[in-house]
Amino acid sequence: MKKYSIFSLARNALDYHENWTEAWRSPEPKSEYDVVIIGGGGHGLATAYYLAKEHGITNIAVIEKGWIGGGNTGRNTTIVRSNYAIEGNAHFYEKAMDLWRGLTEDLNYHVMFSPRGVINLAHNDGQVDAFQRRGNSMRLNGIDAEWMTVEEIAKRAPLLNTSKDARYPIYGGLCQPKAGTARHDAVAWGYARGADSRGVDIIQNCEVTGMKVEQGRIVGVETTKGTIGAKKVGVAVAGHTTQLFDMAGLRLPIETHKLQAMVTEPVKPALDTVITSGAAHCYISQSDKGEMVFGGDLDFYNSYAQRGNYPNIEHVVTAACELFPAFSRLRLMRTWAGIMDMSMDGSPIIGKTPVDGLYINAGWCYGGFKATPGSGWVFAHTIAQDNPHPLNECFSIDRFETGYVLDEKGVGPEPKAH
Amino acid sequence: MRINCPWCGERYLAEFSYQGDATVERPVDPDSVSDAEWHAYVYLRDNPKGWHDEIWHHIQGCRKHFKARRNVVTHEFASTVPMGDELTGGDK
Repeated sequence: MKKYSIFSLARNALDYHENWTEAWRSPEPKSEYDVVIIGGGGHGLATAYYLAKEHGITNIAVIEKGWIGGGNTGRNTTIVRSNYAIEGNAHFYEKAMDLWRGLTEDLNYHVMFSPRGVINLAHNDGQVDAFQRRGNSMRLNGIDAEWMTVEEIAKRAPLLNTSKDARYPIYGGLCQPKAGTARHDAVAWGYARGADSRGVDIIQNCEVTGMKVEQGRIVGVETTKGTIGAKKVGVAVAGHTTQLFDMAGLRLPIETHKLQAMVTEPVKPALDTVITSGAAHCYISQSDKGEMVFGGDLDFYNSYAQRGNYPNIEHVVTAACELFPAFSRLRLMRTWAGIMDMSMDGSPIIGKTPVDGLYINAGWCYGGFKATPGSGWVFAHTIAQDNPHPLNECFSIDRFETGYVLDEKGVGPEPKAH
Repeated sequence: MRINCPWCGERYLAEFSYQGDATVERPVDPDSVSDAEWHAYVYLRDNPKGWHDEIWHHIQGCRKHFKARRNVVTHEFASTVPMGDELTGGDK
């Protein structure tokens, strides 16, 4: 791998940037690998990267039915945070935050991690109590959390409507100062380049059509590019997790729903933090290109369509314009949707399965992007050691049977929680 | 998406609330089922990629619940019927 640096940039400038080498190869699959990772999104690529880097396993293929990073990795709103209250979630997401902080240097690829802070707005007394309680839990778990008064929020986001007669009056907010955003495409590309340079084969445009299970053990996968043998198989495919595990004969506590996001036309810097309003169902940040990025809730019905319906777009935009009246002047440029693997307790599932050598990484609900480095890190450990890391023991698939669910929202069995 | 309420006819999506998978049946006698069966009822879902039988609530209209068979890839509806009636259509 050619290292990216100011010197390589200068050197390549001499020949008009026409001789940069490809960031990763496009090999044909071999007949067998030690590990096959299904899903070439951020999670799958990060898993391959950490398997090679941390565990010395390099005979790996990452199989992707489309192009890498073309699923939810390229469809999220790029927010990175760890503002969770529940023990298992808090430690896991904070591990991911630790990895985010050093990711650009580690990958030698600029992922534009920008710790600009994430502020959750409270719009009533009940939310003030709940958010302060969550902030206290976070601080007890060593995660940065600060309560902000309305005056402090108004100073940080001057365009926000903080007046008392606002449609959504703001009572204060919980801020995680070290949270922020990262450039989602770069995360996939950086991990792909890092994994490829360590010998991982990234195979795009290759769909898995079957799982080969013999006597309770995985031995390979059937694909549109032929049969590929594998000693171990890790699945990180988000919305299509059910279809992959149907092939292995396992039924999962997952429903597939779609989540929309949208951006406005780009404007000059106007918002240098992330503002979220759970009550109004809207979260807002400004991309480095200048677009205002809006996200909201699910459309709330099962769907595999990577596109949404208008009522939700209207709902999100209405909320955004109530919070930031000035944004009503902006034109919406694009809307899209990603399909979410919604678990029945709102927390991810990372671990072993009843099939030997088959591992699951799923149930990311709304929040898979921020977990990308941590998810790959613990999943690589789980696959390499055939045993979960202490950080993902709590995310085992049998927690639904044993009753140890991680119900951050406190709503009971429900495939539509955060 | 427009939905054909069995009582009110075709209406805009925003009038409806989704109530989930219609194939999930609560065990008649919870005391006599095994833990595995109860776990399957509470947590496991078929989550098919194709035709899906589901329950909707015309919450901003007649407020009645009804069943629908919808393709979750194309968002096309095959049929909507009152609770208790059989869904038809699709290739299910």
